[in-house]
Amino acid sequence: MSSSKFTRRSVLKTSAAAGAGLAMPSFFTSMARAYTNEPTGSTVTLGFNVPQTGPYADEGADELRAYELAVKHLNGEGDGGMLNTFSSDALQGNGILGKRVEYVTGDTQTRSDAARSSARGMIERDGAVMITGGSSSGVAIAVQGLCQDAGVIFMAGLTHSNDTTGKDKRANGFRHFFNAYMSGAALAPVLGNAYGNDRRAYHLTADYTWGWTQEESIVAATEALGWETVETVRTPLDATDFSSYIAPVLNSGADVLVLNHYGGNMVNSLTNAVEFGLRERMANGKQFEIVVPLYSRLMAQGAGEAVKGIFGSTNWHWSLQDEGSQAFVRSFGNEYGTPPSQAAHTCYVQTLLYADACQRAGTFNPCGVAEALEGFEFDGLGNGPTLYRAEDHQCFKDVLVVRGKENPESEFDLLEVVEQTPVDQVMYAPDHPMFAGGDLGECNPGD
Amino acid sequence: MDVILLQILNGLDKGSAYALIAMGLTLIFGTLGVVNFAHGALFMIGAFCAVTLNRIFNISFTTIDETRTDFLGNPMEVHTTYLETWLGPDLGGAIIDWSVPLSILFAIPIMVAIGVVMERGLIRHFYNRPHADQILVTFGLAIVLQEIVKHYYGANPIPTPAPDAFRSAIDFGALIGLEPNAVIYPYWRLIYFCFAAVVIAALFAFLRFTTFGMVVRAGMADRETVGLLGINIDKRFTIMFGIAAAVAGLAGVMYAPINSPNYHMGMDFLVLSFVVVVVGGMGSLTGAVAAGFLLGVLESFASMNAVKDILPGIDQIIIYLVAIVILLTRPRGLLGRKGVMEE
Amino acid sequence: MLGLNRRDTWFLLIVVALTLLTPFLLQPFAEDSALAQFNAGYPDLMQRIAIYGIFAMGFNILFGLTGYLSFGHAAFLGVGSYSAVWMFKLLSMNVLPALILAVAIAGLMALLIGVISLRRSGIYFAILTLAFAQMAYNLAYSVLTPLTNGETGLQITLSDPRILDAAATDSLPVPSLFGLEMNDAAQVEVLGRVFTFSVGYYFCAVIAILAFYVSMRIFRSPFGLMLRAVKTNQTRMSYTGLNARPYTLAAFVISGMYAGLAGGLLAAMDPLAGPERMQWTASGEVVLMTILGGAGTLLGPVLGAGVIKYFENIFSKINENVLHEWFGALPGWLETPIVGLIDPFVGEGWHLTLGALFMLVMIFLPGGLMEGGRRIAAAWRRRRARRQDGGSGSTAPAE
Repeated sequence: MSSSKFTRRSVLKTSAAAGAGLAMPSFFTSMARAYTNEPTGSTVTLGFNVPQTGPYADEGADELRAYELAVKHLNGEGDGGMLNTFSSDALQGNGILGKRVEYVTGDTQTRSDAARSSARGMIERDGAVMITGGSSSGVAIAVQGLCQDAGVIFMAGLTHSNDTTGKDKRANGFRHFFNAYMSGAALAPVLGNAYGNDRRAYHLTADYTWGWTQEESIVAATEALGWETVETVRTPLDATDFSSYIAPVLNSGADVLVLNHYGGNMVNSLTNAVEFGLRERMANGKQFEIVVPLYSRLMAQGAGEAVKGIFGSTNWHWSLQDEGSQAFVRSFGNEYGTPPSQAAHTCYVQTLLYADACQRAGTFNPCGVAEALEGFEFDGLGNGPTLYRAEDHQCFKDVLVVRGKENPESEFDLLEVVEQTPVDQVMYAPDHPMFAGGDLGECNPGD
Repeated sequence: MDVILLQILNGLDKGSAYALIAMGLTLIFGTLGVVNFAHGALFMIGAFCAVTLNRIFNISFTTIDETRTDFLGNPMEVHTTYLETWLGPDLGGAIIDWSVPLSILFAIPIMVAIGVVMERGLIRHFYNRPHADQILVTFGLAIVLQEIVKHYYGANPIPTPAPDAFRSAIDFGALIGLEPNAVIYPYWRLIYFCFAAVVIAALFAFLRFTTFGMVVRAGMADRETVGLLGINIDKRFTIMFGIAAAVAGLAGVMYAPINSPNYHMGMDFLVLSFVVVVVGGMGSLTGAVAAGFLLGVLESFASMNAVKDILPGIDQIIIYLVAIVILLTRPRGLLGRKGVMEE
Repeated sequence: MLGLNRRDTWFLLIVVALTLLTPFLLQPFAEDSALAQFNAGYPDLMQRIAIYGIFAMGFNILFGLTGYLSFGHAAFLGVGSYSAVWMFKLLSMNVLPALILAVAIAGLMALLIGVISLRRSGIYFAILTLAFAQMAYNLAYSVLTPLTNGETGLQITLSDPRILDAAATDSLPVPSLFGLEMNDAAQVEVLGRVFTFSVGYYFCAVIAILAFYVSMRIFRSPFGLMLRAVKTNQTRMSYTGLNARPYTLAAFVISGMYAGLAGGLLAAMDPLAGPERMQWTASGEVVLMTILGGAGTLLGPVLGAGVIKYFENIFSKINENVLHEWFGALPGWLETPIVGLIDPFVGEGWHLTLGALFMLVMIFLPGGLMEGGRRIAAAWRRRRARRQDGGSGSTAPAE
């Protein structure tokens, strides 16, 4: 006892022997486990941790829908969705490793503290063997750290900061979603073609870590193109009215405004910028333009007319014509009546990838699962051929450059894909300066 | 110079919203002595009145267009609004386009009714309870109202555009004789400011020049004496609560095109409007208005690059910093009366 | 005993017993029963209830006794967390130095803010404290990122110096008390119920009991009486030649230290400190906890903290799937409407339930949940009294 940790497992191990001879009330009956929350019954529990209250609640609801759909498909119900187009055929539609998939849900409230508490609850009380979800980088990094300590796998939901697989990467954490560097690398050539290589950009940036990494990425990518950065201005996180930041833009000598905002910030700053008539003005003899590097269709709905003609990037869009995307949109649309968002897509895919990795590894042990995911190449999940890179647990795949549609046909038809930037263009070395300083460490299976 | 003028305009605009909300709050403090944490929710409901009217105007029937398909490959459903069918696309379209200004007429009775029901049904029972109890019950009410709105409208912001004619910006600089294209400002924000000015003026006139207003002001100063004079002050206070609710609601209606309404916008404004009320001084309407505009303008100036370069992050804290300085130099805010909410 | 009278000693003993038995009390349902969803006896939630209990107890010393409503108390909680994590990063993973620093820094900050804010009273005081806390929150999120790691929150890493500890291995160290790691736990299964005994919880529990004892002593002391005098009538107090300021300032600093302790404990249980801990909503939360439980009562704030944390963590986890499991046995025409009726109040609707609870408690139980307890006790006493009356009166013994 002295050296081993006084944990659930070790106590149960020692007590199992002591209790063996007793036919008394069932004290100490669970058996020893090899890793945190090893599923011993006929089911396995996954933890879906999404924002259910606060400004991202709708995005969280869409993620939850995707998770429920993924669970159905894994358990062999419904039409199978992307299981049918997935390049790996390890999954049989009989759960994972023959165990029926069950799930628990929690509310991240988009606050690191609440998200970690909720995740801990799922691990400690409900026995979740994997945690997934979230719609902001702060939460993703916080929960990823927790999962590393607790010894479960974390499959990140929507998180776009370079840090998630950069300076804050962890061996137990995996990200399918793209990142700010990729947005910059994909967006810059398209912007060059559309607006020329002689532009002067003004950045408004949400004043927290995600905003900074995106600003850094976009500045680097556009300056490589020949653009000049006139000014980068930080805006408070809880700002709702951006008028006082936007008013000075027009007389600053800039001719492009880059909005490094997401969610409610993005909706408001874009609405305000359009309201100030920026897009109708000329500056330096050119048409003034606005760019929103990270788009979300759900949020674009909130900005309404303002998104028309504005460039941005996204991880996935429902209008893609490949087989996998089509199968997913059909499956999701028939179930819920709306096309899935990119958040829903990445969450669905992450669940499938996790299940597939368990199946191929033949275990739920986080170390085995991580090994199966590292360096895994797959196709048929909507983004074309994709690599889960071993060095930083980041997925590499094509990136979509999109533009707000001028004549939408329906309330969902807000963005059009203008280019599918090939993966080679958005590839970077694991020790790229924007991602440096982190260490995956060793995988932790718990106890 | 242009930059300064722009930021003054921005500040007056922000200040209008602060002042309108704070005025309602301070009226409720002053007349009823109640700390109303649900006041932000009233602002939010106002904005959702605009959303709702817009939705009502857009009630439509569905026809199937076989030539087009929706995202699942089924024939596309095309929605045509009844308004446009009945009144023709021109008039119908114009009415839909003007839904936000029309919402003002729609919102006033609704907000007054909500205010009166709130006062009669809930707040009235809390007049003589400690402020702590008032805070908890009104905070609970705010959460409930907010969650009800979330249940029906979702958490995402809902775009509620201004009429087409006011959607762009005007060259305000040229209008007042500066060089063209230097000070460009959105129409709707100028309208918002003028609207706020009118509402504020109307409320002041109402309180100053009508008998009703006089009695209410007397009641604010000394409730017991007015009661002893045989005047039913309670009934008047109920109406005042309705008016305060309507003012917050109108602020919300007109704010909808500036920032797409979402269910928690009230909470975002709640804390700020409390700061405004207190900085203005408890129980002083003039103080609330003055503090609203003052904080709005200072907030705008703090977000200028020149200022931020000297003091990084100043725009994040300016309002609170100013509040602290004012409260330390003037014990009861700008124009506060002695003895109100000091225990 | 311990400077308490007989009644208070009993009271303290009951609180001690309740605290130590929490792992049983919060785990009343068997693992495989449908009601297991309501079990709350897992370490994270128990720790949080104890920690927020301490936070609310401290707040109550200020608000319950003096009537000064601070709307910025979360700033001290956040500062406590940041100090503790910095101690983990620089000095050692031992929780004691971390907690000591957390309490000291929070106390210092409370002294500073208190000296300024207590120059005003009533709502002016509330807004001053709110303003300080909001400034701390906004700066921690942005400009102070080198110190706070901004949005992500301050975490420990492998490369931290930790000068007192042995060189780190390849996994992150865990906060511990002289080798007793905070995340260790033992589980015992009895009659289908799994009880978890966690080191972290019992550490929090012992500290919470100490905090409760201290707060009890303050309530019963001449100092406590003086604080109550401030609440009742400050003017009269000053006419008697007493200066209220030193007393209120002392109360403010003590309650700031309680908050710092709670913040440090939060970091000790889960070594992360995020800026949201200082947001006005967090300050509001402790106000709500205290009022909900019953301001000015000893146990009320703890009860309020427990109720709010329970709703946040348990009700938010009940999703539609769980509802269908519960009511799956009912016929379909009955199941759907019942699930539809309950669904808005659980899962993503847990805020709604909490809001409604605030209103109901305030409408029917002025004085908070403790008032409810008092009424039940009174009713019971009345009934017993009546029965005794009846027993000796009309109905004659049957035998």
